[in-house]
Amino acid sequence: MGHPAYQITEGQILFDGKDVTEAGADERAQRGLFLAFQYPHAIPGVTVTSFLRSAMNAIRKARAGGVDDPVPIPEFRKSLLEAMDGLKVSRDLAQRYLNDGFSGGEKKRVEILQMAMLKPRIAVLDETDSGLDIDALKIVAQGVQELVSPEMGALVITHYQRILNYITPDFVHVFVDGRIVEEGGPELAHKLEAEGYQAFEVPA
Amino acid sequence: MTTSETEVVRDIGSEYKYGFHVPEDYFFKSGKGLSHELVAAISEHKNEPAWMRKFRLKSLDYFLARPMPQWGGDLNRIDFENIYYYIRPTEKQANSWEDLPADIKDTWDRLGIPEAEKKYLAGVGAQYESEVVYHKLQADLEAQGVIFLDMDSGLREHEELVKKYFGTVIPQNDNKFAALNSAVWSGGSFIYVPPGVKVEMPLQAYFRINAENMGQFERTLIIVDEGAYVHYVEGCTAPIYTTDSLHSAVVEILVHKDARCRYTTIQNWSTNVYNLVTKRAVAYEGATMEWVDGNLGSQLTMKYPAIWLMGERAHGEVLSIAFAGKGQHQDAGGKVHHMAPRTTSVITSKSISKNGGRAGYRGLLEVAKGAVGSKSKVVCDALILDEESRSDTYPYIQVDESNVDIGHEATVSKIGEEQLFYLMSRGLTEAEASAMIVSGFVEPITKELPLEYAVEMNRLIQLQMEGSVG
Repeated sequence: MGHPAYQITEGQILFDGKDVTEAGADERAQRGLFLAFQYPHAIPGVTVTSFLRSAMNAIRKARAGGVDDPVPIPEFRKSLLEAMDGLKVSRDLAQRYLNDGFSGGEKKRVEILQMAMLKPRIAVLDETDSGLDIDALKIVAQGVQELVSPEMGALVITHYQRILNYITPDFVHVFVDGRIVEEGGPELAHKLEAEGYQAFEVPA
Repeated sequence: MTTSETEVVRDIGSEYKYGFHVPEDYFFKSGKGLSHELVAAISEHKNEPAWMRKFRLKSLDYFLARPMPQWGGDLNRIDFENIYYYIRPTEKQANSWEDLPADIKDTWDRLGIPEAEKKYLAGVGAQYESEVVYHKLQADLEAQGVIFLDMDSGLREHEELVKKYFGTVIPQNDNKFAALNSAVWSGGSFIYVPPGVKVEMPLQAYFRINAENMGQFERTLIIVDEGAYVHYVEGCTAPIYTTDSLHSAVVEILVHKDARCRYTTIQNWSTNVYNLVTKRAVAYEGATMEWVDGNLGSQLTMKYPAIWLMGERAHGEVLSIAFAGKGQHQDAGGKVHHMAPRTTSVITSKSISKNGGRAGYRGLLEVAKGAVGSKSKVVCDALILDEESRSDTYPYIQVDESNVDIGHEATVSKIGEEQLFYLMSRGLTEAEASAMIVSGFVEPITKELPLEYAVEMNRLIQLQMEGSVG
């Protein structure tokens, strides 16, 4: 996603045929990439609502070629409430400060809420299922499944098969030590759940 | 230092020898510099009662006798001989639109300040619409017995009230700059709210259109009588351009039994200004005093709004924000003195420094012997935006009573790379992301501001951040 601490030593990242290897996080987001954080940071003093509106407007501005194109407030409000209800996010969370004092489950849901509002082209979900209880997992996973469409693809990073009870992947890749060691369809995930990762000689 | 200073000043007699007349337009022609003749002339020109003239002249003696404070910021470069102490307000600010520095005009444009208001801020035009609002407001207030005047008119029209309280909360010899203000004051507000009257609309100096509105030696006196309430708002978030390099105001407030007063200031002086202000309130039994103080501009600000909690259960709050940019030093904070049992206070200070600026908190919390069951909480948070900038915290605490509850928290933080990355990964540019973090940091205070001030404050932070990064 363009974290400044990462240095790319070789290779390139192509998105829609365009090279985004050198692009900063803001430019990547404006082009339609999204990362659901495993441990999202708190921004005290900034409400979820005002943050979401600023982020949407930043992306709209970039897409309008640098001209302000703010989302009309009634439209914003309507889509926010719909998305919150869909993800069973308590409405009073909208006026709380972003991730400030949120439970683990609230943070994950608000990450997916952001994805629903920002409508990326490609979303990377980094262990979104970790630390969620069964009910929360179901809501979050179904929310992701509903958003996936020909307009939006999702790369779900997980250690467990259980999220795949609600999300049906088109492809499953097994990633060991920075390399893809196995590829397949949804059946690969079921096989892994049954047999574990031993076959791939995961170092202890 | 204080002992010898007090001794020096104590020896100054109250007999006054400078009671001679000066031609009325003396100061218009003589221009810069400070003298007894000038002070006498100011008083003469305003046609003041003898006691005020004496007060001014004696204050000048105190000012001259006191050494320059050597703490806080560097005051040694103030050239007292090169300052206009009393001139016609039209000469005080830029004479014409064209004389204004481009960066000030640019900031006003970007804040979206209407043309008429810009001219008013620049001192090159009056703001006729608010004059109408002001007159309507005046009629409503008068019906309730509320007095809301500039200080000069207050002295003319309500001399007994002014004489009773003027200089009682902040004595003329309180400090060097209070003494200077006491000698040469002009303008400022005079407010009296009768018992039980609750003024619903905030009183804004902004409405009180008169030429002496934004003087550099304003003098404000507010008296809130028993059970009454008033919220006074002064200043504005737009940068105020002035060719004067010294702003030294005095604000005195008395909050009587069970009354409440809130005083909100947002100041954004141009960066040539030394802003040295003494603000103090006394709160009697069951009364509440709240200072909300925002300092954005100036070269050096030294300002510590104070509250003396004199009666049982009195409550005081100080909320302060200081923003120091390039070449700026904001030495701000608050002081609360618990002098009676079961008094409570909260001091919240937020400071931000960037581009080599220096912002600090200097606070005093005192609990006197006998102020049993008093509670106080001090929270000061500093945000430093880059490596060159600096933050200082000087929390003086003096507690002479054991049965009290005192809390002090201080944090210093930098804008985290992880926070920035998180916000930028949602499409915000680095400047937008930094501005959002800063706005969030000061939110506990901006939420206490009247809405239009809060909005302007946030826009101003955005402008400041655009300049600092990227």
